[in-house]
Amino acid sequence: MQTTWAYISNYFVYSAMALFTISFIAHAFETAFAVRAPEVADSTEGNLLVKTLDYKRTEKTARIATAMMILGFLLLLAGVVARGISAKHVPWGNMYEFSITGALAFTGAYLAALRKYDLRWLGLFVSLSVLLTLGTAITLLYRNSAPLVPALKSTWLVIHVTSAIISGGVFLLANVVAAAYLYLERVESRGPRPLWLQRVPSLEVLDQLSYRLVAFVFPLWTFAVIAGAIWAESAWGRYWGWDPKETWAFITWVAYAAYLHARVTVGWRGRRAAWLCIFAGSTFLFNYVYVNVWGTGKHTYSGL
Amino acid sequence: MSQEIEIPELGFLGLARYAWRQLTSMRTALILLMLMGVAAIPGSLIPQRITNPMAVRDFITKNPTQALWYDRFSLFDVYGSPWFSAIYILLFISLIGCVLPRSVEHFKAMRAQPPATPKNLARLEEYQTFATDAQVLDRATAWFKKNRFRVLNEGQSLSAEKGYLRETGNLLFHLSLILILIGVSFGSLFGMKGEAIVNVGERFINVPTSYDTLSFGKLSGDKSLTPFQIHVDKFVAQYDPATNAPKDYKAWVTVTNDGVTRTETMKVNQPLTFGNTRVYLQANGYSPVVTVRDSMGDVAFQGPVPFLPQDGNLRSIGAIKVPDANPQIGFVGSFVPTNSRTAGQGAVSIFPELLDPKLLFSIWKGNLGLDSGVPQSVYRLDTTKLTKVGLGSVKPGETFTYPEGSITLETVVPWINLQIVEDPGKKYALVGGIVAVLGLLSSLYGRRRRIWIRITSDGVEVAGLAKNGAPGLEAEIKDFVRALKGEK
Repeated sequence: MQTTWAYISNYFVYSAMALFTISFIAHAFETAFAVRAPEVADSTEGNLLVKTLDYKRTEKTARIATAMMILGFLLLLAGVVARGISAKHVPWGNMYEFSITGALAFTGAYLAALRKYDLRWLGLFVSLSVLLTLGTAITLLYRNSAPLVPALKSTWLVIHVTSAIISGGVFLLANVVAAAYLYLERVESRGPRPLWLQRVPSLEVLDQLSYRLVAFVFPLWTFAVIAGAIWAESAWGRYWGWDPKETWAFITWVAYAAYLHARVTVGWRGRRAAWLCIFAGSTFLFNYVYVNVWGTGKHTYSGL
Repeated sequence: MSQEIEIPELGFLGLARYAWRQLTSMRTALILLMLMGVAAIPGSLIPQRITNPMAVRDFITKNPTQALWYDRFSLFDVYGSPWFSAIYILLFISLIGCVLPRSVEHFKAMRAQPPATPKNLARLEEYQTFATDAQVLDRATAWFKKNRFRVLNEGQSLSAEKGYLRETGNLLFHLSLILILIGVSFGSLFGMKGEAIVNVGERFINVPTSYDTLSFGKLSGDKSLTPFQIHVDKFVAQYDPATNAPKDYKAWVTVTNDGVTRTETMKVNQPLTFGNTRVYLQANGYSPVVTVRDSMGDVAFQGPVPFLPQDGNLRSIGAIKVPDANPQIGFVGSFVPTNSRTAGQGAVSIFPELLDPKLLFSIWKGNLGLDSGVPQSVYRLDTTKLTKVGLGSVKPGETFTYPEGSITLETVVPWINLQIVEDPGKKYALVGGIVAVLGLLSSLYGRRRRIWIRITSDGVEVAGLAKNGAPGLEAEIKDFVRALKGEK
């Protein structure tokens, strides 16, 4: 029974990967053909000539891309749930399980933000990075579904890890937006945007968006760290012990706190803020990859 | 470019004031905050005494010169080092210097009236003007009241403000950080932490001599140990047969505290609590129960001897010391719960449960040096001055005989490692943590905004202002105007 569910989970994950691949191709097509969209009007903004394009022809491809992404998200969700049923615990026992749940959170963060902001230009990147994450997970990190080690048997596993994974998904999305900002800023400093970048929102919008994402999820990350401390108190006998994972969670927290202060009270905008945002996000990624794979300490479980 | 700038004399007070202003400035706080993040990094890359003392010892043996320099800069104790402390103490002084004046100011502002309506509303956000009737201010007051704005009535105009929770949350968040720091320092000054290995069937009495390791905070004495006793009745460890990974640890104990005796169970996530003291089930292993006889057949030693696990399958090492035999006898032992013989490395364990237990040992005779006054590890035997008698191995019930006597493995009992922690500061840290999250929520999601309405010769003017560019003002003013026009 246990293995049946694990197999079902794997099929779901593979199917989700197929859909993300389709979504990726559709996004790529859309980006490629949007460049050749017919011109509707020209206008000048300062010295720059701004072309307005008609995207009707690629609209359908774009919709397919998003629809495939949503379906992929649902299948991946089913895969994560099936994995949980197979192991009889929330599927956060090893790095394979973290990775598929992380990919789910990242897609979820993108789709949720898509409801409010026009973020479809990010879809190409999102589908690609989710594909890469799932590919790495299923080839390099895969472990058979297994029961949890005693220290993980706690309700706090659900609370602490859910909030950490969701925070991570949104932080990474903010990172991608900040990276897009830096790239576009360079492009714009050399002249008008090339056609394929026309639909990416203005620099101000990107700048504001990455801030909004961070400000939105920072309390959740704080909560994740505190929930972890409460759990550590009942499992390990101390709420804070400078374990490598804890140390890096603290560094991430401090880095984002610095980012929020730099923006709100010191008035950092644009390039400097984007770099700081990317630095803070990298500490999160570093924590996930380095501490899980090469690190020592109490957060390394079950082989990976 | 070399231009002499005349610097005015500051004097001591002036200098102090200047230093204080610099320290409490936002820029300094930001630099200190980033510095603290950076300063925490080496502690995760270099082994730390508080988390991994064994790794520190290994590092020192391998690179003695480098270690000497590391130690000079406290790199093995980053989080207690003078430079790390300096950063966070400065950061907290800066934080207090920033937050306290702001709290006073905010407290005054909360009790004050909203500021007067600006003369020129047209310059503000969402400005609009329309014709209406004479009761418009009543409707405006009603709407403000319903939406819990604070209103200043200036006769011909109303000035309303909402969203003080944002700053309140912001200040609470920063104050709660101070509370967390107090909790952490209180715990480390007045707390205690110790570990003790207890065999199943034995009793732990909470006095300093029962501990294998015990450390107190700087300001707590050994009088503060809570008087309790724990008798370990039974311990069961379950392992997954497929992966050998542990599935569950459970200990059944009889606890005596304040003259009351009761039975309890302990698990990894389920410690025992005695006031501020908690007892955790932290590790487990096996104690071979042996009887050592001398050449006359008299019992020289009998009892369980804890062995220390070396791997996930609980291959364990230990030493059995028999100072009462003549000559003194010592055993350097290796214990495997499920024996499997390999070609190269002697016995290994292939499963952590007692499926086929075996005790392997080398026998040594001579002066064990237990009276020399130099402390020894109970798990190791220093064989440099001893003579080797032979090698042997026994399974439960078996006896191995050598010229100086014999050793019998009677049975094997599990031991558990109890970690006993007293932390009187953690409740403050917890309260601080909860307040921090609540404060953050209201400070990051809260919106502070003002709305004004003024009667003019041909109707009313309405305008608003959102602090920090908070979104949603447009929708709110739309709703307000609809209410003014009586559209809902």
